[in-house]
Order: sequence, then structure tokens, then C-alpha cells
Amino acid sequence: MTEEAISVPHRESALLRLVKGAALIRESWVGMVGLAIIVFWALVALFADVVAPFPPNATGIPMLAPGGAGLDGTSVHWLGTDQLGRDILSRIIFGSRQVLLYAPLATFCAYAVGVPMGLAAGYRRGITDEVLSFIANVILSFPVLVLYIIIIATIGASGINIVIAVTFASAPGIMRIVRGLVLDLRNREYVFAAETRGEPAWRIMMIEILPNARGPLIVDACLRLGYVIITIGTLGFLGLGLPPPDPDWGKMITETRQFITIFPHMAIFPCIAISSLVLGFNLLADGLREVSLRD
Amino acid sequence: MDNGGKDYDGPVLECKNLCISYFTRAGEIPAVIDFNMTLHQGESIGLVGESGCGKSTVAMAIMQYLGSNGAIVGGEVLYKGRDLSTFSPEELRQLRGNEIAMVYQEPMASLNPSMTLGRQLMEVPLCHENIDEKEAYDRAVKILSDVKLPDPERVMSVYPHQISGGQQQRVVIAMALLSNPSLLLLDEPTTALDVTVEAGIVELIGEIAGRFNTSMVYISHNLGLILETCDRVNVMYSGVVVEHGSVAEVFDQMRHPYTKGLFGCIPLPGADKTAHPLVPIRGQLPLPHQRPKGCYFGPRCDFFEAGTCDQENLAMTTVPDEPGHTVRCRRWQQIDWDNYHPEGVGAGEMEAGEVVLSINNMKKYYEITDNSIAAMISGKRVRHVKANESITFDARACETVAVVGESGCGKSTFAKVLMGLETATDGMVVFNGKDISQEEVQDRTPAQIGSMQMIFQNPFDTLNPSHTVGSQLARVIRKFGVETDGDKVEARVMELLDLVKLPRDFARRRPRQLSGGQKQRVGIARAFAGNPSTVVADEPVSALDVSVQAAVTGLLMDIQKTYRTTLIFISHDLSLVRYLADRVVVMYLGNIVEQGTTDEVFSPPYHPYTEALLSAVPIADTSINKQRIILEGNLPSVTNPPSGCPFNTRCPRKIGEICETVVPPVFEPIPGHQIACHLSVENFQAMQPVIVQANQPASPAAE
Repeated sequence: MTEEAISVPHRESALLRLVKGAALIRESWVGMVGLAIIVFWALVALFADVVAPFPPNATGIPMLAPGGAGLDGTSVHWLGTDQLGRDILSRIIFGSRQVLLYAPLATFCAYAVGVPMGLAAGYRRGITDEVLSFIANVILSFPVLVLYIIIIATIGASGINIVIAVTFASAPGIMRIVRGLVLDLRNREYVFAAETRGEPAWRIMMIEILPNARGPLIVDACLRLGYVIITIGTLGFLGLGLPPPDPDWGKMITETRQFITIFPHMAIFPCIAISSLVLGFNLLADGLREVSLRD
Repeated sequence: MDNGGKDYDGPVLECKNLCISYFTRAGEIPAVIDFNMTLHQGESIGLVGESGCGKSTVAMAIMQYLGSNGAIVGGEVLYKGRDLSTFSPEELRQLRGNEIAMVYQEPMASLNPSMTLGRQLMEVPLCHENIDEKEAYDRAVKILSDVKLPDPERVMSVYPHQISGGQQQRVVIAMALLSNPSLLLLDEPTTALDVTVEAGIVELIGEIAGRFNTSMVYISHNLGLILETCDRVNVMYSGVVVEHGSVAEVFDQMRHPYTKGLFGCIPLPGADKTAHPLVPIRGQLPLPHQRPKGCYFGPRCDFFEAGTCDQENLAMTTVPDEPGHTVRCRRWQQIDWDNYHPEGVGAGEMEAGEVVLSINNMKKYYEITDNSIAAMISGKRVRHVKANESITFDARACETVAVVGESGCGKSTFAKVLMGLETATDGMVVFNGKDISQEEVQDRTPAQIGSMQMIFQNPFDTLNPSHTVGSQLARVIRKFGVETDGDKVEARVMELLDLVKLPRDFARRRPRQLSGGQKQRVGIARAFAGNPSTVVADEPVSALDVSVQAAVTGLLMDIQKTYRTTLIFISHDLSLVRYLADRVVVMYLGNIVEQGTTDEVFSPPYHPYTEALLSAVPIADTSINKQRIILEGNLPSVTNPPSGCPFNTRCPRKIGEICETVVPPVFEPIPGHQIACHLSVENFQAMQPVIVQANQPASPAAE
């Protein structure tokens, strides 16, 4: 323990620390597979204009089998066409844009609502907790699908309304997780220390407690992103998704459902797209959990 | 079993050159190296050492229970002459619980909360022996009365949470003894218990070896407990035994510098913060993969000699004339202990100043609303929990006032009222000339808050793991308005780190990169950030290892002297309190039962509770004789305290009905020394000192 004046050492930037933290995922191959799938879809969505062989709404020969030749005789519909002759591959590629826009947005909004509720309920306890928990229980006691149908049917089908519906249905679950974590963390001595120096409640919740709950919350966010993708797919399937004619994975399945016994490829490829992306997020969540449990 | 069973008359347990390693991502980590031990029937051996020295690993190896990443990599463990590694899984299952039993630290974690205690106890003989339920029940009841549990029949029918922690630990010990094991492993069996409860358990453990002829391995970090329970002792350091011998040899004539250092760190009755301060061991325990070459204690040893101590293959050598006494040191014969006087970290003289904090008749009651139907009918819906009942004492500048008591005595509530997290129900708390008893922390000014700060108990919990040390200190400095300018705040952070003797680059570290002692130093720095006049320290060193404890205590006193700070030192450790407190306040069930200067409180006349507390404290000095006072019964519930004297349900000196009906008057043998008790003046004068040096005959107190 040397006493000589070591000048104030260099401060590591927040960004660098974030990158370093994220790099830990490399230690889990499961997480890396998940991350690869997600990065793949993100690139597909970003460069949809470049990689898609056809415009998403252009019609050609209907119900072509995978690998069939297009109208001009030279182009190939790798995954075939749907009942209106639109290229399925191109629609999946463009459809990924919708999913990768609205799923993270909806999850983010759900967290933006659920986390403060959970913090308030867990830290304040008492009447705040009782009121918030009661509201959460009422929402959670509804069958989720019925809830979605009621909300979308009332406010109409659009991207933003999907976000609202998902937020409404998921925030109570997030609130419960956060509340449980806070109930444990609020008894730590550093929280007590902050209280004894008269810190305001918001600061204790946001600065002293919330950062220490981040581990389980990041894992939950990844899993929840997967669920939201399924939800968006389900809403599309129920006809409550994005309005036509824009491609939507769920809607692609429902539109082709009646032909499924004859032309299964029209429904199967969008299904594979949905499940691969969900799988990606689930694997990433598993990987994060695995890494966080080490040392 | 084919090892001769109970007819075997060799050693019960032998460890020969035992080496245990854990295998992690970082590779092989040797946890225990070259461990030798021979344990005979009816003998008890202590394993003592600081955290991380490998003592629990040895116990786990004896149980063949090392987990998936641990393995015995060398040597062998012989149980009654047979190598344990040759046992089949089925034989091991028969061995554990039947021949070898173990008692762990946390009794609640060893008992199944969803089964009655009777069921759990009966499981042991039912599983290992071919007997019927009736016999198992009778055996269980008998063993419960053997461990001195009152009303064993009732204990059989209840669940673990319905009895107290001390009783739970007695049940765990009873369970271990049920099958009459040849070997009992005790891993810190009393660490989670209060001192007066601990005393009862220790007495029980001491009796076991004689009554049941059981051999014991007693693992503890507390040298005093080893003295009270063991015949021989192994002192461990960083995975190796550095000294082994009978308790008398090791405690009176220790040969290894580490053992010597360890004894220099604990506040024995002779220690004194001005004349004979504690001597911390410098540096810290090496991590297993950073152990130095040769002697692992080398870098921290004052007798280190390059070329001798850093050679490999350091073996145990036997001390001449003491055949059982071995030591792992190459230089022990060259060390002249008589002329070795290391400098301790003490405080020097401190002159107490004016009164800074004056607490007058402070009361804190909590209201509990009972919503049961019975309560609604009877109309008694609101009950009061008297957490603090008329607390009165003063604290002066530069003075250390210790508040002593066991769990549930109201120490923490008292601290909360001082800090403004609760307001007092009645009475005054005058701090710097202003009554703050009704001011919550939000109503206090930053300067006011900054001038009274707190040091917390748990080093692993006291700092926020998400923020750097520097940012946490900077926040406090800003909050109290000491500095606001960024560069000046930074400079002040560095000053604080210097103050607690930590390197400046710790400001950029996160708490998980610090050891327990270092975290506690940051906790102290945080408390002193606002230049406080009073610091409330809630068990600041009780979670630290003894060598670190001494250093942190010394640091605290040093800072206190520099800033003339008033220290309210909340503790249950009476040895430490005697060492550093100027005045002592003894609390029981929210009441002050005795207060006075440290000398007054630690010598007769005593309050009967203080007397029992003093007797319960284990002291690692063979020349000390103690009166044995074991308290009966349990701590009463605060929601339903006894009438009259709060201590009357457990008091060994209870004089009669008056104790149960009348609140005791205050007896003041010397002005300032107050004892709340009904005992007559003659009774008080007849009291003998609890702790006596053996070579000084006990003399009656005041004639």
C-alpha cells in the first residue's frame, strides 16, 4: 500500500465499459448462436431493399412452389409465391422490418411503464404497493389474447396500437419482477446509507437500487422480446396486426392458411422466420444468464 | 461395515499429507496442502484460521463431500484405519450421519422448515438402524433432554421456526448425536448466535466428548472458543497448518509468527488502546494462485529472511521437549520473542471534551395494528412494541460510547432514531445544542446530516456494487455541500482515501474488486466525508477477520483522535468494547440496565445481565479464570415484555416477586455508574469479578 501521491488515474469511459461488458457474451456459445441469429435478422431488415429479389407487393404467378421461375423466366422465387403471386422470400425479408421495429419498441415501452411502477411499489411499500399490485393483478387476470383483441378492436389496428396493447399487457409482469427485486435490494446497507444522508426517494430508486437489478432485468428483456415477437405474429394471424398490404409474418400465415394442405410452404416459411428470431432472443437470454452466473 | 466397528481402538481419524484442490476455469487451485491430523477416541481438535484458510474444506473432505469441482489430489483420509476413498457410495451414505455427523453454522438452514422436529430427529435412527417408530421416538426424546432442551415432548411436535436460534442449534446437535457417532464435525456452530446463547452451546459441546466419548473436530475463527472446547489445535494459514499442538502449548508458547500475530490482534483483557494497543498483521491473505514461494506467511512476517523463508518444501518441525507441538517455520528457534515489541495501532491519550450528544429519556414505541377478529372483539387492536424505553446518556467530544446488547435489545432502533430514519415517541435527543428527536432526515440540513454519520456492519453490503468507490464518495461530498466544484470534490475524495490509508487509484475501482477490510475502510471514509462530529458505528468490524479487525479498529481510533469525533460504538463483542470504549451502556430489551465508564462496568458491582454477558465472552487466554454463568430460558419477545425488571425471566440473581412487579430503581455505587436492579447494597458489594487472572487471587470488591 504505497502512500505517494498517485495522480488521479485515468477514467474509463462509460461506452468502453459497456462494450467490455457486452463482450462477455463470447464466453457462452449458446449466447453467441442467439446473437448471430439476431444480428442476421437485423442485417436482413436493414438491407431489405438490397437483398430482396422482388418488391414485397409485386404480384406474379400465384402459388409457385419454392424455386419456381418468375414471370420473366429468368428470376427465381426461391421460397415460391403466395396466393396472389407475391414472392414469399421478399415478403419475409421486408416483414422482418416490421417485427424488428415494433417488437423492441413495444418491449421498451413496457419497461418504461413497468419499471417505475415496480420501483415505486417495492420501495414505497404500503398503500402505493397495494394499489399498484391490485391494478397489476386485475390486468394479469385477463386472458391475454382477449385483452389484445379488446384493445386493438377499440383503438384500431396499427403499429403504434400494437405497441400500446403490448405495453398494457406486459407492464404488470415487469412491475412484479422489479418489485420483487426491489424488496430484496431495499434492505441493503448502501440503501440505508443513502437514506441516512437524506437522498430523495427517486435517487435512491433510480441510482442506488435500479442498477443493481439490471442483471435479471436484461435477461428478462431478452426473453420478453421473444414473447413480443410471438405476440405480434399472433396479432397478425388474428387479423389485428398491421393493415394490408404491407408484409407481416403473422398475416402471411393467416392469409395462406386455407391452402396449407396443398401449399404448405406459403405458411411454413413465415413460421420458420418467427421461430428463428424468437429462438435467437431466447438463446441470447440463456447465454446472458449463464455468463452472469459465473465468477 | 467391516472396519471393526466400535471395537477398533486406533485413531478415529487420520489425515495423512492431505492435499485438496478445486478446479475452476482458471485452472487448479490448491485449497489445502499437506494437512496432517490424528484424532483419537474422545478427543477434540480445533481448526482455527481466518476466512479462506481452508478449514471448512478439510471438514468437507472428511465427509467426502467436496462437490463437483473439488478433489483430494494427494494423501489420504483414514476413518478408523480405512481409506475413505475406497468406500462405495452406499458405504459412504451409511457412514455420514451415522458414524460421522456434522453441525453447520446456520441452524435454520440445517433443519427442514416443513417437517416437525420430531419427524426429522426420528429419520436418523429410522434410516440407519432397523428399529420401529416407537423406539425412534423414545430415542429422540431422550437425546433432546440430553442436550438440555426444556420440555422435549413439546419440541418434538413443533416446527423449526417455533423455537429460538439457540434451541434450533441444540436440536441440530441432538440430531448429530442421535446415532452415537464416533466423529462429530462442528463448523462454526455458534457464530450465528448471541453470546449468552453461545455460552450454553459451548458448555454443551464441552460435555459431549466426555458423555458420549465422541471425537470432535471443531472449526472456528474464534481462538477463545477453541480454548473452551478443544484439547489440541491446528492453526491454519492459506491452506497449510502453520502450528499444531495442545491448546496450552499453542496458546501460552506459540512458536509461529502467524500464531503470535493472531494473538496480537485480539483484544485480550491485557490490551488497552493507549498502553498496549492491538498489533494488526500487515498486508493481506494471499489469494491461492498468488501464494509466495516457500513460506506463505513470508510477505507479512517481521522475521522474513530471503534465502531461508522463500525456499520450497517447508515441513513441520517438532518443538523439542514438546512432542505434540509442531510448527511450520524455518526460523522459529532464532526468533527472540522477549525482545519483540511490534508497534501497535492505538489511539494515545484522548481527552474527552464538552457534551456533543445528550439523550434524555428517549422512548421509541412502534404501533402494531392487530386486524384479527379476536382483537376487534376485545377492542385491543393497537399494541405497542417498546423498542427503546427511556434511554438516557450523554456522549462527549472525542469519546467512545459503546452500546452493548444482544440481538433484539433495541440497538438498531436507537441508531435509526439518531439518524432521523425514525422519530422518537417521547424524550429528547439534543445534538449540538438542538433537539433532533422529532426531526426526520428530510427535515435536517445537509450540515446537520453530515455532522452525524454512520458506519455499517456488513462490508459486502455497505457499498453500492454498481458504482465506483470514487463516485460514491463524491456523491456524499456533494450532498453535504462540503465541496461543489468538480476538481475540489475529486481532491477531497483523494484526501478521504489517504485518510483511510487506501491507494488513490481505488477511486476508480468497483466494490467487488476490494477485500472486506478495504470495503469497510471505504465505509469509514464515507462516514467521515462530511466532517462529522458524531459517528454511529454499528458493529463495524464484527464481519471482518481478526487481523483485519485490529487494523480497522486502529484506523477508526486514529481518525477519531484527529477529528475529535464522538463515536457511538454499537457492538455485542465485549472484548472489543473493553478495549476501545471509554464508557459503556448495556441494553436489554430496550432498557438500559447498566451504564458507566468501561472500568466501572467491567468490574463489580455488576448488573446481573452484565455479569452474565461478561461470563459468556470466550477469552483466548489460558491464565484467565471465569465465573460460569449460563442464562436459562430465551430472550422474551419485545411485543410482550415481562413486567417489572425486563431481565427477571432469566436473571440468576432474581430475589423474588418484587422483580416481576416493580420497575427496578437505579443504584449508583459511584456517581455516573448506574445499575437498574433491585439487589441490595450488600448483594452488590459481595459480587466477585467475573474475569480473573489466575495468578491473582480474587479479592472481594469494595469492603
